[in-house]
Amino acid sequence: MFAASGLNSRNNRRQALIRILFMLMTGLLILPVLIILTTLLYKGGPAISFEFLFGNPTNGMTEGGIFPALVGTIWLVAVALLFSVPLGVAAAIYLSEFAAENWFTRAINLAIINLAGVPSIVHALFGVGAFVLFMDFGTSILAASLTLAIMTLPVVIVATRESLQAVPYAFREACWNMGATRWQTIRRVVLPNAVSGILTGVILEVSRTAGETAPIMFTGAAFFLPFLPESVFDQTMAMSLHLFVISTQVPGVPDELPFGVALVLIAMVLIMNSFSIALRIYLRVNKKW
Amino acid sequence: MVEALTQNHPYDTVPKQAPTKPSSSPVKLDIRNLSISYNGIPALVGVNLKIYENEIFGIIGPANSGKTSLLKALNRMDMFDSAMTVSGEILFDGYNIQRWRNVYALRRRIGVVFPLPVGLPMTVYDNVALAPRLSGINNKAELDETVERCLKRAALWDEVKDRLQSLGSLLSGGQQQRLTIARALSQNPDLLMLDEFSIAVDPVTTMRIEDVLKELKREMTIILVTNLTQQAHRLAERIAFFMNGTCIEIGDTESMFSGNVTDNRTADYIAGRFG
Repeated sequence: MFAASGLNSRNNRRQALIRILFMLMTGLLILPVLIILTTLLYKGGPAISFEFLFGNPTNGMTEGGIFPALVGTIWLVAVALLFSVPLGVAAAIYLSEFAAENWFTRAINLAIINLAGVPSIVHALFGVGAFVLFMDFGTSILAASLTLAIMTLPVVIVATRESLQAVPYAFREACWNMGATRWQTIRRVVLPNAVSGILTGVILEVSRTAGETAPIMFTGAAFFLPFLPESVFDQTMAMSLHLFVISTQVPGVPDELPFGVALVLIAMVLIMNSFSIALRIYLRVNKKW
Repeated sequence: MVEALTQNHPYDTVPKQAPTKPSSSPVKLDIRNLSISYNGIPALVGVNLKIYENEIFGIIGPANSGKTSLLKALNRMDMFDSAMTVSGEILFDGYNIQRWRNVYALRRRIGVVFPLPVGLPMTVYDNVALAPRLSGINNKAELDETVERCLKRAALWDEVKDRLQSLGSLLSGGQQQRLTIARALSQNPDLLMLDEFSIAVDPVTTMRIEDVLKELKREMTIILVTNLTQQAHRLAERIAFFMNGTCIEIGDTESMFSGNVTDNRTADYIAGRFG
């Protein structure tokens, strides 16, 4: 009764073709991730041991562990988050909820987009000029983290603004009509519904911050420093720089060592991400519309 | 001089009227020569209206006639919309709302119900308790009492009393609209504005809400913006017909529906020949 006409079957064939094509594209997307992870596990896996994770590098960094770099990266990320999250979220709330739609707001938005486009090595030089020299923090965790914070600020601002604007306008209107001020509306209706999106921005930032090398190279990360930092004014080793150093600057490093460092760096980021994703899912359960 | 400073400014606190209906109802809203424009494009021009206490005042008219803009101006929502300019006077209980210092207190006295139900993504309980909480009430017993009272008056209590802690935004459309009404009532308003409330609601629920409105009329003034002329006929005592941003005609519902109109457009609209 509904026999396929020539036109129908041609359209169906075309749809099937397109579907397979797009599926292959998606498959290609996953391929690099799979290759990287398996290579790292295969080559770096044997390097992982208790001593590797919690020991100091020894013998000109050709042996031993990575503990100072591990702790250093955690310091850098944590201090950077401390600055960029409050600053970025506050700026995004202002831009999305308070700012009038005029040339000034548009200029700020443009500046944020441009800030995101600045190459990281330029951020590094800015960090040297502004934090290391002008503010006189010296090469320290503080200077490096501030540089990282400025570099990742656009990610936080854009993600926060997007998630604030994803909350339907009708919710705000309903709340204003009840006699709520802008701030009451933001705190009781808008923020609770945007928090999962904001967390996404923070997750992205963590991943980026942990892996950045250039901005911390001149501002706070040390080539070789087998001590743990004691305050934010100390220099520190960092995973990303350590990886760069032992793969290019130091002769005679056994093959599995850089792969091991890379594996640990990726694992760190993945662990932080999955923690945030779990938190997101938990927060999302009560927010449906 | 000192006395003048210590006296309460009339716009700081406006005494609530007693709920009893006087024999000749006082004027609740006096709208004088009101014009509204968005970015210079007029949406409403030179509207003069008087709305009396404890009446249901119907506003009918085709789309784009400025009905919703009027409600926005009454609630001072122009504050949140930089494109919107309001001129003319709106006297609420005799006080000009443009000069009202605490607009938040003004909005708490005006309940609004939108065309599409807006169940906020929080529990049913929190939806209704939001307005009292915003005005600083945190007493559990008092909130419980308010939530129950408002849900009962909005004819929703029986359906949700066992799931007050489930999400308000997951209720059905008709239930959400009654939730919105309950939320509006939780402010203890003396003016309730409904903007085409039945647009996303089934006929049975619409009839239930209409019954609710007839009850509420005893305690508050109701402005009913509607696309359904028959609904205005059923509920409103007086009707204004709006078209293309002007108020064409105001009159008594019964006499207007029995053909006693001065403008042909009103007659055509009421008879359903256009619109």
